[in-house]
Amino acid sequence: MSARKILELKNVSKIYGNLKALADINLSVNAGDWLSIMGPSGSGKTTMINIIGCMDTPSVGSVILDDVDISKENAASLTRIRRDKIGLIFQQFHLISYLTAVENVMVAQYYHSMPDEAEAMEALDKVGLADRARHLPAQLSGGEQQRVCIARALINSPQILLGDEPTGNLDEENEGIVVDIFRRLHDEGVTIIIVTHDPEVGDVAQRKIILEHGKIVDDIDQSATFGEALKLKHNN
Amino acid sequence: MFWRMIIKTLIRQKSKMLMIAFTVVLGVSLSTAMMNVMLGVGDKVNRELKVYGANITVRHKDAALMSDLYGLTEGQGVNDKFLYEEDVLKLKSIFWGFNILDFVPVLDGNAILRFNQKVIGNASLIGTWPEKNAVLSTGEELHTGLKALRTWWDISGEWLNEDENDAVMLGKNLASQNNIHVGDAITLTQNGITKSFLVKGIFHDGGNSDEKILMTLPAVQELMNLPGKIASIEVSALTTPDNDLARKAAQDPTSLSPDEYETWYCTAYVSAICHQIQEVIRDGVAKPVRQVAESEGTILNKTTLLMVLITILSSIGSALAISNLITASVIERSQELGLLKALGAYNWHIALLVLVEVMLTGLAGGVIGYFLGIGFAQIIGQTVFGSYIEIARMVILIVAVILFFVTLVGSIPAIRYLMALKPTEVLHGK
Repeated sequence: MSARKILELKNVSKIYGNLKALADINLSVNAGDWLSIMGPSGSGKTTMINIIGCMDTPSVGSVILDDVDISKENAASLTRIRRDKIGLIFQQFHLISYLTAVENVMVAQYYHSMPDEAEAMEALDKVGLADRARHLPAQLSGGEQQRVCIARALINSPQILLGDEPTGNLDEENEGIVVDIFRRLHDEGVTIIIVTHDPEVGDVAQRKIILEHGKIVDDIDQSATFGEALKLKHNN
Repeated sequence: MFWRMIIKTLIRQKSKMLMIAFTVVLGVSLSTAMMNVMLGVGDKVNRELKVYGANITVRHKDAALMSDLYGLTEGQGVNDKFLYEEDVLKLKSIFWGFNILDFVPVLDGNAILRFNQKVIGNASLIGTWPEKNAVLSTGEELHTGLKALRTWWDISGEWLNEDENDAVMLGKNLASQNNIHVGDAITLTQNGITKSFLVKGIFHDGGNSDEKILMTLPAVQELMNLPGKIASIEVSALTTPDNDLARKAAQDPTSLSPDEYETWYCTAYVSAICHQIQEVIRDGVAKPVRQVAESEGTILNKTTLLMVLITILSSIGSALAISNLITASVIERSQELGLLKALGAYNWHIALLVLVEVMLTGLAGGVIGYFLGIGFAQIIGQTVFGSYIEIARMVILIVAVILFFVTLVGSIPAIRYLMALKPTEVLHGK
């Protein structure tokens, strides 16, 4: 039985004046896939992740997310879809500085449904931060902050976990911890799409997309080396 | 979670919130002070203007008619028409009796004046209550008299006392022309009666009263053989400036609808007070002394306008200052607010968050500003009018409404900024 298609981009372009940030992109992602998107600066990675994350709409083409075409939705609908289906992880973590780790997780619950501290604590426990739940972001290391960010992204059980350079601000040790969390989430069936500059992080995904000048120039199936790369990463 | 975020934001942004609160304190205190003064100033200004004398005169209806039709102020049909002294105290029994500050009956007369055995000539007499102390049927103590209505008189010697029927005060011109001084004795003859009087004081009015002799009402009534009669009543009353309703009623009270009549009757318009005076003074017609009444109204209206302008300008100033502070705060927090949008907050969620923060800050500032404003109002009352300003409860409501709208209007630029804020613009470190 073939895997269910969770995301499909059909002839998607994003045009800013004379600039084509994305040019006629076609991409399918199955539920449970782990996809990395790589490319040099200005290749359209962030634009693509903004469109997939319902924070922007394409100029041309359609984006089917969980069988719904989101390319023509208005801002309020996109907010609702993003809230229900997407978990976002940022390079700069973007935690609210005056809220504790657990409160930062609860904010995502609050705008989704109802804050539940026990559930938020469980999410922090999953990323190994239960004992740091009452700390403010400034009292946490970069790696810990990113793990809070992952817990926040996961708290509403999103269909896609979307990361924009999630290890870009982390040292090697913390990068390993975060990648390990992604691996566990992948094992649990979470769909992961990650934009990264880091070839090592890109290599551990099941599939790697290379973008250049707004076009997909390579779509590499890494299924064969998937397990090996993970082991190597883990051992390093 | 909502309140947790609000409280923590208020604490974290305390310096900015204190600035907003301080702006509100300034605006609200000024508005509170101005409005309390504005609402309390009517009586204060009116009382200040009472130094210029009576603003209502009551005359016999026939005498008033002759005056209106032919401009006659003396002669047959004028001088032989009288009101009753016994009705005068009824003035305090009307609906707006409390607004009647001072009043005196007046009986004019004339008599042959002699000084040092020498006939000076025919002198005009003013019979009135120099002072009057009485207890009304309601138990209220009354203290009135001409002394209270002629505060600008320059007196040599002393004022007449209430029952000093054998003394007089002379107008300055009459005294100086005839070389009469305080302490001298004069005689007055009328209707075959000759009486001697002590000159107790000499007054300077600046008008034609300076040619006359001021006496107690009983003394003139005796000389003129008109016991219990008076020619007119001078009334000094606190009044509300006229509006269209008052002007319409002044023309013809019967033209008012029942509702209009009730409103007019229960408002201290000069025409309403005159109407009520006529209800208790037999054969009397009460008319405002237009010059005084209109001056009072004009000054009061202009003072009120000034207060309203200050309130409006201070509100606009507060709104602008709040607007700048909130916009600066929101721009500073754009990353955090953009994140909330990325996490699923709708525009209204964010707007509500910011508005509640600002409203709470405004409320705190408003409470402090209100009490500060009451203090300012009292300082103004003491400094300008020498008395306390009565605190009007309705000001709380007005200030609350102004505060709400000023804060809301001040928040509009920040809310517009928030509505346009795109998470993508603030979350990718661009």
